[in-house]
Amino acid sequence: MTVMEQRGAYRPTPPPAWQPRMDPAPLLPDAEPYRVLGTEAAAKADPELLRTLYAQLVKGRRYNAQATALTKQGRLAVYPSTTGQEACEVAAAMVLQERDWLFPSYRDTLAVVARGVDPVEALTLLRGDWHTGYDPYEHRVAPLCTPLATQLPHAVGLAHAARLKGDDVVALAMVGDGGTSEGDFHEALNFAAVWQAPVVFFVQNNGFAISVPLAKQTAAPSLAHKAVGYGIRGRLVDGNDAAAVHEVLSDAVRHARAGGGPTLVEAITYRVDAHTNADDATRYRGDAEVETWREHDPIRLLERELTGRGLLDEAGIEAARQDAETMAAALREHMNQDPALDPMDLFTHVYAEPTGQLREQRDQLRAELEAEACTGPEGDTHR
Amino acid sequence: MTTVAVKPATMAQALTRALRDAMAADPAVHVMGEDVGTLGGVFRVTDGLAKEFGEDRCTDTPLAEAGILGTAVGMAMYGLRPVVEMQFDAFAYPAFEQLISHVARMRNRTRGKMPLPITIRVPYGGGIGGVEHHSDSSEAYYMATPGLHVVTPATVADAYGLLRAAIASDDPVVVLEPKRLYWSKDSWNPEEPAPVEPIGRAVVRRPGRSATLITYGPSVPVCMEAAEAARAEGWDLEVVDLRSLVPFDDETVCASVRRTGRAVVVHESGSFGGPGGEIAARVTERCFHHLEAPVLRVAGFDVPYPPPMLERHHLPGVDRILDAVGRLQWEAES
Repeated sequence: MTVMEQRGAYRPTPPPAWQPRMDPAPLLPDAEPYRVLGTEAAAKADPELLRTLYAQLVKGRRYNAQATALTKQGRLAVYPSTTGQEACEVAAAMVLQERDWLFPSYRDTLAVVARGVDPVEALTLLRGDWHTGYDPYEHRVAPLCTPLATQLPHAVGLAHAARLKGDDVVALAMVGDGGTSEGDFHEALNFAAVWQAPVVFFVQNNGFAISVPLAKQTAAPSLAHKAVGYGIRGRLVDGNDAAAVHEVLSDAVRHARAGGGPTLVEAITYRVDAHTNADDATRYRGDAEVETWREHDPIRLLERELTGRGLLDEAGIEAARQDAETMAAALREHMNQDPALDPMDLFTHVYAEPTGQLREQRDQLRAELEAEACTGPEGDTHR
Repeated sequence: MTTVAVKPATMAQALTRALRDAMAADPAVHVMGEDVGTLGGVFRVTDGLAKEFGEDRCTDTPLAEAGILGTAVGMAMYGLRPVVEMQFDAFAYPAFEQLISHVARMRNRTRGKMPLPITIRVPYGGGIGGVEHHSDSSEAYYMATPGLHVVTPATVADAYGLLRAAIASDDPVVVLEPKRLYWSKDSWNPEEPAPVEPIGRAVVRRPGRSATLITYGPSVPVCMEAAEAARAEGWDLEVVDLRSLVPFDDETVCASVRRTGRAVVVHESGSFGGPGGEIAARVTERCFHHLEAPVLRVAGFDVPYPPPMLERHHLPGVDRILDAVGRLQWEAES
C-alpha cells in the first residue's frame, strides 16, 4: 500500500464532544451601571435606609476633608482621599453583618471607620505611627493593605476557612481599578470561583491608577466583565448612587451567604481629589472632567432624591452637617496630640519570641536610649 | 514502652509521617498546594493525606503560588494552620510578594494581634538532575526577610522533628527540604518519631579537633564524607549541622569554632550575598581571637543554577571542601 493509499484509508476519530461548562449569559453585567436614585426603583427604597446613607455620606465627606487638612498640617504623612467615592466606602461597611470581614486597600480608611473602627486608630498607618492601629479581630477588619490587590487572596482564604468551619461569614474585599491588573486579583478571583468561597470583590473604578486612566489599564469592555472568565457573576453599578451601591452589594453578600459563591462588583465612580496630597492631578486631567463628576456628586444625588420626596428638610441637612462637624472636631483634637511611641516596641512583635539575634539588637538599642537619656541627643557626637 | 524494630526510612516518609501526625493531632492543620491531593505530591510527601483526612484538609489548589500562599494567609487569619507546598524552589518566586509583604510581617504590622502560623514547604537544591528552575537554593532570600523562621533538615529524624516544630510554631516557618536527600535512608523508629526539635538549635554531627565544617541541608552528608576523607590527611574535622538558619545558633557554632580555631562554611547556594558571608561574619565577630585562619566559604558558584550536565562542577563536593581545609593552614603559608 502506498503512502497516499494509507492516507486515503485514514478515518479520523472525532474528538470527544466539547460542552461549555456553563451558560455565560447570567454572569454578564448589564450594559448600563445599575441606578436607583432618580429612577422608579427609588420609590421602593426604604426611606430610613436612605436617610442613614445620607448622614453617613455627609460624615464621610467631612472625614475626607478633615484628613486632607491634617496632611497639610503635617499631622498625617499621607492621605489618599475618597472624596466623591463616599457612597462606595459607606455602603461597603453597611452591607456587612458583625461576623463578616472587610478587607480594605490603603484608600479605604473611610470604609474602615464606617465599619466602627476608631477614626484615630484607622489613621495610624497614614500617620506613620505604627503600621496598623486597630485590632483586626475587634471589628473584623483586615489591616489597610498597601501592596495592590494582595489582600484579595486573604479575603478568599478567610471566607473559605470560615465555610470549612461551618461559620456563616462573608468577606468583602475592596480594590481599585489599577489593582485589577495585578496577578493577585486574577489568582484571588480564580481561587474564590473554584472554591465557591463566600466573597464579594468590590472594585471602585475611580478612573485613575494615580495618573493612568482606565483606557490604558485594561481593554476589557468593563471591569465587571472580567468575572465571566472566572465563572462568577459580574455586576456594574453607579458608584455615586449610594442606594444602588448598597442594593448591589447587599445582593452580592446575600448570594455569597446563601452558598452562591463570589460576585465581582464594579462601581463606576470618580476620585475628585488627587491620588494623595503628594500628587498633582492637573498633569493628567482637565478641570472640565472633574466638574462633570462634581455635578454627579453622591451627596448631591441623594439629597435631591430625599428632599424631592419630602424625606429630608433643611433642619435634617443641618443636623447631618452638625453631626459631621462633631466627628471632625473630635478627630482634630485626637490627631493633634503627639503619639507616644516606645522604641523598644521595634523588637516586640517580630516573632512570638525574639531570636537571639534580636535580643542582642534590643540590648543595643536599650543602651543607646539610656545613653541618650543621660546626655540628650545633642550630646551624641557621632551624628 | 514496646520495643519496635528500628527500620530504615526515607526522609520523604518521615515528612509524610510528620504531616499525618500533625493533622491527626490538630484539626486546624490544613495541607494545600498543587498536586498534593490525589497525586500525593510530585515527591509523594503528601501521599495518602487526602484519602485519610479528606480533600478539605489536603487540598489540590489551582496552579498559582501567590494564590496558594495568599489564601493560606486568610485561612491562618481565621485560625487554621496551613501547610503549603511550593513543589520546587524556583516555583516559589511568584509567592514572594505574599511571603515578604504579608506572611513575614503580619504579626509585626498588627502589633502581635494577628500572628500567622503558616508552614511553607519548599523542596530545594540540586543534585537530582533537574532541568532549569528545579534546583535553586533560595535560602538567602528567606534569611534576609525578618519575621520568617528558616529550617532545613539533613537527617530523617530531623525532617520529622523540624516539620512538626514548624507546624506547631505560631510564626511562619519556611521548611527547606533538600530534594536529593528525600530518598536517603536512616535508621528511624516510626513508632517513636519524636523528639520534636525546638527550632533554632544546631547540632554537632561529628566531633573533631582540627577545624569546623559549618553546613546544613544537602551539604551535610557531603561534609561528613569530606571529614572521613580528611582523616587520611591528618585532619580531624568537626561537622556542625545548623538545621535552623533563622534563628541562627551562634552558641553551638561559636563553641565549636573556639575549640577548633578554624572554620569552613559549606553550602550549595551562591557565595556572594549568600548565607556563608553572614555566617563567616558572625563567627569572625565572636571568635576572632580564637581563629587561626580566616573563615572560608565553599559554596556554589555565583551563576544561575547550571544545567544538569554541568551541575557536578557547581556543587560543593568533597575535593573542594578538602582543598579549603588545606588552605586553613594559614600560619604555615604566611
